[in-house]
Amino acid sequence: MSEPTPTDKYYIPASSHWPILCCIALLTFFVGIGRWLHDLPSGPWVWLCGIALLVVVLFGWFGNVISENLSGAYNEQVGRSFRSGMKLLILSEVVFFAGFFGGYFFIRLWGIPMLGGEVHPITSVMLWPDFSAEWPLLTNPDNDRFLGATNLGSPWGVPLANTLLLLTSSVTLTYAHRAMAAGHSGTLKAGLFITILLGATFLGLQAHEYIDDYERNNLTLNAGIYGSVFYLLTGFHGFHVLVGVVMISTMLGRALKGHFSRPGDHFALEGVAWYWHFVDVVWLLLFLFVYWL
Amino acid sequence: MANGATVGEVQRSVPGRFIAFIVRWTTATNHKDIGTLYLCTALLNLFIGGTLALCIRAELFVPGLQFVEPNFFNTLTTMHGLVMLFGFIMPVAVGFANWLIPMMIGAPDMALPRLNNMSFWLLPTATILLISTLFMDGGAPNFGWTMYAPLSTTYGPPSTDYMIFAVHMLGISSIMGSINIITTIATMRAPGMTWMKLPVFVWTWLVTAFLLIGIMPVLAGAVTMMLFDRNFGTAFFDAAGGGDPLLFQHIFWFFGHPEVYVLALPAFGIVSQIIPTFSRKPLFGYRTMVMATVLIGFLSYIVWAHHMFTSGMPYGAQLYFMLATMLIAVPTGMKVFNWITTMFRGSISFETPMLFAIAFVFMFTFAGCTGVMLAVAPADFQYHDSYFVVAHFHYVLVNGLTFAFLGGAYYWYPKFWGRMYSERLGRWHFWLSAVSVNVLFFPQHFLGLAGMPRRIPDYALQFVDFNFISSLGAFVFGFSQLIFVYNLITSRRRGEPASDRVWEGAQGLEWTLSSPPPHHSFQTPPKVD
Amino acid sequence: MVGLIRFLGAGLLGACVLFSPALAAADINMPRGVTPVSQDIYGLHMYVIWIVVGIMAVVYGVIIFSLVRHRKSKGAVADTFSQNNLLEIVWTVVPLIIITAIAVPSIRVLIEMDDYDAADLTVKITGHQWKWQYEYLDHGVGFFSLLTTPMAEVVGVEEKDEWYLLEVDEPLVLPTNRKVRFVVTSNDVIHSWWVPELGIKRDAVPGYIYEAWARIQEPGTYRGQCAELCGVNHGFMPIVVKAVAPAEFDQWIAARANAAPPVTSDRDWNLSTAMTRGAALYDQHCGACHKFDGSGMPPTFPSLRDSSITTSADVNRHIDVVMNGVPNTAMPNFAPQLDDEELAAIITYERNAWEHDTGDLVLPSQIQARRQ
Ligand code: HEA
Ligand code: HEA
Ligand code: HEC
Ligand code: CUA
Ligand SMILES: [Cu+2]
Repeated sequence: MSEPTPTDKYYIPASSHWPILCCIALLTFFVGIGRWLHDLPSGPWVWLCGIALLVVVLFGWFGNVISENLSGAYNEQVGRSFRSGMKLLILSEVVFFAGFFGGYFFIRLWGIPMLGGEVHPITSVMLWPDFSAEWPLLTNPDNDRFLGATNLGSPWGVPLANTLLLLTSSVTLTYAHRAMAAGHSGTLKAGLFITILLGATFLGLQAHEYIDDYERNNLTLNAGIYGSVFYLLTGFHGFHVLVGVVMISTMLGRALKGHFSRPGDHFALEGVAWYWHFVDVVWLLLFLFVYWL
Repeated sequence: MANGATVGEVQRSVPGRFIAFIVRWTTATNHKDIGTLYLCTALLNLFIGGTLALCIRAELFVPGLQFVEPNFFNTLTTMHGLVMLFGFIMPVAVGFANWLIPMMIGAPDMALPRLNNMSFWLLPTATILLISTLFMDGGAPNFGWTMYAPLSTTYGPPSTDYMIFAVHMLGISSIMGSINIITTIATMRAPGMTWMKLPVFVWTWLVTAFLLIGIMPVLAGAVTMMLFDRNFGTAFFDAAGGGDPLLFQHIFWFFGHPEVYVLALPAFGIVSQIIPTFSRKPLFGYRTMVMATVLIGFLSYIVWAHHMFTSGMPYGAQLYFMLATMLIAVPTGMKVFNWITTMFRGSISFETPMLFAIAFVFMFTFAGCTGVMLAVAPADFQYHDSYFVVAHFHYVLVNGLTFAFLGGAYYWYPKFWGRMYSERLGRWHFWLSAVSVNVLFFPQHFLGLAGMPRRIPDYALQFVDFNFISSLGAFVFGFSQLIFVYNLITSRRRGEPASDRVWEGAQGLEWTLSSPPPHHSFQTPPKVD
Repeated sequence: MVGLIRFLGAGLLGACVLFSPALAAADINMPRGVTPVSQDIYGLHMYVIWIVVGIMAVVYGVIIFSLVRHRKSKGAVADTFSQNNLLEIVWTVVPLIIITAIAVPSIRVLIEMDDYDAADLTVKITGHQWKWQYEYLDHGVGFFSLLTTPMAEVVGVEEKDEWYLLEVDEPLVLPTNRKVRFVVTSNDVIHSWWVPELGIKRDAVPGYIYEAWARIQEPGTYRGQCAELCGVNHGFMPIVVKAVAPAEFDQWIAARANAAPPVTSDRDWNLSTAMTRGAALYDQHCGACHKFDGSGMPPTFPSLRDSSITTSADVNRHIDVVMNGVPNTAMPNFAPQLDDEELAAIITYERNAWEHDTGDLVLPSQIQARRQ
């Protein structure tokens, strides 16, 4: 954060109905899931209404911002605000994942050894005499209630391929970003397109792996703590990849409409690139701690 | 739409005063409008949460079950805690931030006004969802605001899922609000407003906002794991599948402890504005004040497990958390001493805001001292989950923070509305509150020490007297708040017009604006030297 | 200002008048307790209290001094100083010293509390919604301990007893002057076993065991309560510890260990005796969840009035639910807790109370047959 620079004019947007619609969309969305979870008939439909409204809001709100930007209403100060906002948003996402990783390490380094009697034998001796601590955990303390996974895939198959995919996609996105700054709109489009392809392939492989785990390895959400942690972490990461792909696709759409033709900094693309790199780093940590070690 | 149309234009273009009113407030992007919305919502929630508290105190007036069933009592406790923390004391702080930060740093508005609108409107939406659980089959959440697993997972009522979503929405709201505040402070300062010239209130909010970004996602993660355990068969908090119920507590308190400083820091900020004004003397030790704020923010991340001393942590962890917790007394002490030294050799006058600020210093110091007692791990084995803890945190939250915010409300009321409040009613409000709040919470220390656990609807006979006194105090304290509301409403029309500076000793950019200030505070940045 | 001071004085005086009868009547401080740990905790508690009282005296002294002396109404003129490095260093260092002075003795007590070895006797404590289970691991003796305060006292129909809400059917009996080790766990949610006079508060965490210990120095009856919110009847699961001389304890435990197990016989078993016993047992064991009139608290706690299980012809299904519980819900398994006659009585009661009138009489031998 730098010292403020003098500007003689601030940009102040008008009142807007998008935020309140967004709140209503989120409420509908959550009430929908709630009803769905409790097997109320309307659940999925309410949920879908929420999603639909959310999509409308996102189009409207971002459309509004884009047209303000194109009309030249923004100045350098607005650009700095947007960048600061995006950085902080990513910071909050980092914390979100850090919380999950913290939980994961707690379970591995404290919970499981405790149950297995490695820290302090009494719990194991009196309550779980047949349980032994190991990681990844295939046999749970109570294997009747939580039937553990039968075996696990190797990190050097699909996960490694996915790592390479994401790493490459980071490179192609940077390439596209550079091209934009230099005003090469053809390269920009190509770069974005390849990035999307790589991201989509990642998602495909991930889905394939999930199906495989469910059907062949009995690695399910019910498979005890290993399954829980595995799906929580990779699932939320996968969701972020999905969001990233959608965002990059939007950028491609805008590029095709000629939005980034003016060389220079464009916040939208820059923000998306930061986000994508963040998702990439999370994956590296996942690969390291969840798949490999 | 594109170029800064004002609210007035919207009003004209929409027929019908009512629709215009709704549209104006639901689509507001102006920082003052949103600040007002926050403050009004907070006040409303204080009364909702307070009514729940009065139900609790009514049930505890005498032993035996009189008005509510045990299950509903647990619901009352839970909703009281959640509504007060998320619905009252956080929004009141954000409301002041919205009103004041742009005025204090010389900006026209917040940096991201539309985001600001959304972070506000998520709040009533989530609160409505939360309160609606009271009317659901099986009742509202009944496991305390700390929502420990497995009581909240395997054994929670169905409405728990909606509470989880409400918490998600509140989290999004706080994160967006914080992003906005940090961005505003970072990018919208008037020329010459360097970091070390920022008013202390702005500094405290900067640290608070970083704290929020560092904890709300963790809370979201915790309740998400709860959701999965409840509905999708995961085993995060279930030993049978290799999980651990204490995992929930660790994650929750990693959020929960910094949360209490999220509430406290803005209150510190407000007091740091009020005391110099009425002592007619600059704030003592500005640098230390800023440093202490940052230090408190940092330390609050690394002390969470002092809420879990009895949970079976190993000895080494207890030791560490005990020492780290006690360390917080040092920067907090710096603040207290700075306030005192600001008053020392000042020229003190006792308008209502100052009365509240002084009461804050008194009672917060006391509350902090009981906090240090709780931090002594071996002794906490006796205090934990007893009314001693209830007394401690109400002394911080009510006698401390609520008093600070009430002081803030009186302090800036003339600035916000251009009219003076009634000083006479203000004093009545203060003295009635100050006496009754101590009658309300002081005896609870004794109850706790004598062995009364918290969250119980009925109690043994040795606790009769103090519960009676405490309930008595509760009703008087509740009544005194009605004076406050009456004062706010009537003075809005009948109060005397306020001057720009309002208080003789007031310093800072907000006092250079007219009272009430123009819609967009500083259209052109002021020059700060 | 004089008016203010008068007001404050009046308020204080009023508060004192209000408090004085209470101060005389009730205990206002932490009990000193009867174990070395509880006494050390008490000592620590008083030590810290005096320290913070000292801090408050200084802080309040300076504030009151400034408020009195530096009032504008008395013509005080404000100084302008706003920085003094020496002062600020002092009030950073002094609190650091104070917290060190608090920390050192605390660490000692913490170490003392952490010593679970070389116990003479081990008791396993299991929390259940809403009762405690005690097992003397060295003697093969075990039982449940439930609140006995009648509902009539709670709702105010009857006069409240001296030990209202603090009385149980079977107290935990412990010897004095022996080191007793507690291993604490839970069967459902987190509870917390708290007896102030023993200086013990230990959370009972399901699936994990954490320990505590006590060496009771004086015979007597010590009472406590569950200290962690554990659901509806959290306020109604007291703890009573009866400490007796070692010889008396040995006698007691030997008698318990050698007591003949109850014989199951269907002699003298008829509908009216079963119903009377069943009604009392139902209120004690089931009423908390399913309510005394069987209406429960749906959807979490099902109504037994409208339940198909309690009225269906298949008695065994009903017996199995009560004996084995429903896994993953609050419904506990009562087989280990109640004997055959008690279970038969409760189930008979459920099948005939609340206009069910099935006329079914469940025999103790039927229960015995269902015990694998
Ligand atoms: C705004 C809210 C707020 C604030 C500011 C604090 C401040 C502190 N709190 Fe408190 N606390 C709560 C809100 C707050 N707390 C809540 C809500 C709970 C209960 C949650 C629940 O279970 O539901 C709780 C519970 C709680 C516990 C857990 C008790 C238990 O459940 O067993 C502990 C234990 O360590 C604790 C300690 C402290 C300490 C050491 C401080 C310190 O920050 C205080 C520091 C201040 C001072 C010490 C006074 C000024 C200093 C001086 C004058 C200098 C000289 C002093 C010394 C050298 C001692 N608090
Ligand atoms: C900022 C937070 C805050 C505030 C302001 C308060 C304010 C009050 N609180 Fe509470 N409290 C908590 C935060 C707060 N509390 C938390 C976090 C818990 C823990 C929850 C848990 O265990 O999970 C708790 C728990 C708690 C308990 C313990 C419950 C238990 O363990 O079972 C009690 C009991 O006395 C209590 C009482 C009160 C009272 C009497 C007030 C009074 O100050 C309230 C005063 C009343 C008013 C201000 C309202 C005035 C209303 C009227 C006059 C009626 C008019 C009505 C209408 C207009 C509709 N609170
Ligand atoms: C701690 C709370 C609790 C206690 C005590 C309790 N129950 Fe239950 N009971 C439950 C819950 C919860 C269920 C529902 C389980 C489910 O979801 O299937 C249940 C279900 C039942 C059912 C099946 C009802 C149906 O329609 O599914 C019967 C019968 C029953 N209990 C009898 C008893 C008896 C007899 C006692 C006392 C000896 C008792 N319960 C004590 C909580 C309790
Ligand atoms: Cu058991 Cu509270
Ligand atoms: Cu804390």
